[in-house]
Amino acid sequence: MTRHHPLEQLLICRLREFFREPEAIFWVYGFPVLLAIGLGIAFREKPPDMVRVDVDRTQAAAADRVLASLSARSGFLVEEHTAEECAARLRMGRTDITVVPGDGYQYVYDRSRPESVLARVRVDDALQRAAGRQDPVGTGDKLVTQPGSRYIDFLIPGLLGMNLMGGGLWGIGFVTVDMRVRKLLKRLVATPMRKTDFLISMIGSRMIFGLPEIILLLAAGTLLFQVMVRGSLLAVLFISMLGAVSFSGLGLLVACRAQKIETVSGLMNLVMLPMWLLSGIFFSSERFPAAAQPFIQALPLTMLNEALRAVILEGATLVSQLGRLGGLAAWGFVSFVLALRWFRWS
Amino acid sequence: MHGPTTPSLAIRCAGLTKRYESRTGPVDAVNGLDLDVRTGECFGLLGPNGAGKTTTIEILEGLLSPTAGDVEVLGMRWGRDQDDLRQRIGISLQETRFAEKLTVAETLNLFRSFYRAGIEPAAAMEQVSLTEKAKAWVGKLSGGQRQRLAVACALVGDPELLFLDEPTTGLDPQSRRQLWEIIRGLRARGRTVMITTHYMDEAERLCDRVAVVDYGKVIALGAPADLISRLGGEHVVEFAVNGGGPGVDASGGIDEKTLLTLPAVSSVRIEATGVALTVTEPHLAIPGLLQKLQSESLELARLTTRHVSLEDVFVTLTGRHLRDDQTSST
Repeated sequence: MTRHHPLEQLLICRLREFFREPEAIFWVYGFPVLLAIGLGIAFREKPPDMVRVDVDRTQAAAADRVLASLSARSGFLVEEHTAEECAARLRMGRTDITVVPGDGYQYVYDRSRPESVLARVRVDDALQRAAGRQDPVGTGDKLVTQPGSRYIDFLIPGLLGMNLMGGGLWGIGFVTVDMRVRKLLKRLVATPMRKTDFLISMIGSRMIFGLPEIILLLAAGTLLFQVMVRGSLLAVLFISMLGAVSFSGLGLLVACRAQKIETVSGLMNLVMLPMWLLSGIFFSSERFPAAAQPFIQALPLTMLNEALRAVILEGATLVSQLGRLGGLAAWGFVSFVLALRWFRWS
Repeated sequence: MHGPTTPSLAIRCAGLTKRYESRTGPVDAVNGLDLDVRTGECFGLLGPNGAGKTTTIEILEGLLSPTAGDVEVLGMRWGRDQDDLRQRIGISLQETRFAEKLTVAETLNLFRSFYRAGIEPAAAMEQVSLTEKAKAWVGKLSGGQRQRLAVACALVGDPELLFLDEPTTGLDPQSRRQLWEIIRGLRARGRTVMITTHYMDEAERLCDRVAVVDYGKVIALGAPADLISRLGGEHVVEFAVNGGGPGVDASGGIDEKTLLTLPAVSSVRIEATGVALTVTEPHLAIPGLLQKLQSESLELARLTTRHVSLEDVFVTLTGRHLRDDQTSST
């Protein structure tokens, strides 16, 4: 009978355990795809929303005129209300803007709400035209919708990165602490097993679980939302694998001493929360102030997301992403070395 | 430095100490413990919960490092000969929950892969009678079967020395007997076995020699029969009289000195629930006792005789029962 190498056995056992756990399969493979579909539908391209306008009817005759002017044009949902009602509705977000007719018009709106700012421009334009304004220059619109510039195109690489992070951290962290709680880790170090074999098998298993995950998400993006991979597919896979390895290294580090599932859950959230917020999953990390950028750009998920976006959306080559990939690899390597040094087996 | 180690010793440890820091100050879980385990014997560490048995065995297994003391296992030392030692010993921890979704055979294959030499996983299953369960998930096994799997995992490397930490704790009587058979079989094949237990009957039946451990020290060492004979008698006569109550103990007021003057009685232990006399010849001691009770007009509530056990040894040495901690906590 041929003997298996311990590393091979450890890997096979990890894979068997994983694929015999139906819940794990759903959370790793089903959930991300459902999330992509849900978000894709929620943010699908659609004509701009109707502008919701309230008119203050304190001066009834003037209010009726405003109502008539706006209703004559398309794109407005106009209602008349008392001053108090208008204020309340604005506060609750039921309307975008309130028009108070008087000596001219007063617009009441919150400047931090983008739809209100847009509403002010459109309402003002409509009322000025109704009052007889002439445009000095003729203008025209040409509308385009291109795959690559839509929200879903931005989202898919971000979701890929988020999954690779979540899978690496949860997948490795939970399993490791669970094995520690069961005293299985202690039993394993009581054998001649090499400790590096064990840690490498954990990371290797994540790479293997990660592959179908990446392919599923990309396939869902391509088939359901026509997301195009402009760069090389192999480059996307390579970057994803590097991400899977790096985040499993980080997962090992987070789980290297925790004695309880509760502890490791808290640590995971602590590590992941900043990256969920800052690393550009759902919106671009460039929205944060310039002063924070050096920190944000140094986060492993930012590096992974930006590299994935560069290749998927812009068709960048691997070589052009060398800096980010190097940074990502460094995160993984340093985490692994520290985890190996600090790892608590019992 | 030490001279060349006698080859017939599998384990030698001297002055073993393990100190833990606790909230109430340092605690010595093991406190200057000396042990020699001979090659080929089944050696038992017997003691109540918390006596330091597991700490001791885990130091010997190289899983804990001692605060002080000297340990030699198979003529080698942890730290220096780590890899070699791991190849040559087999370990079953007090409690290991193996992966639930792997089968028995898969678990054994995994453990077998860690050893350079060893036995086929199938042979290990055979030895612990788990062959029928080869394809069963570990999660579906009973407590006894899991414990046998733990022993099988310790066997796949074909070890010279086996450490079994409380292998039968929590098992039903039948599963315990099954494990005893397995351990006897190992010994018969020339393996050295070290087990810890707080069951004195287990130690008596299985072990060539036992060390009774209390508060991290060896308080008695020898073959179970020797330890028992040191009590001066082979039998225990236990009795209680009616009319005992608050202020009156179970002897009905007869004091220890008087009881010691009865024929064939070598020691006396008076407890709240009864009196235990260690006697050499029950057929002399019992009539003497009955006569004494009659003359004092005391009525016998209970009278039993049995062989002296390691429990009696422990109680005599410490004044406590081996499982006091358990009865008081339940």
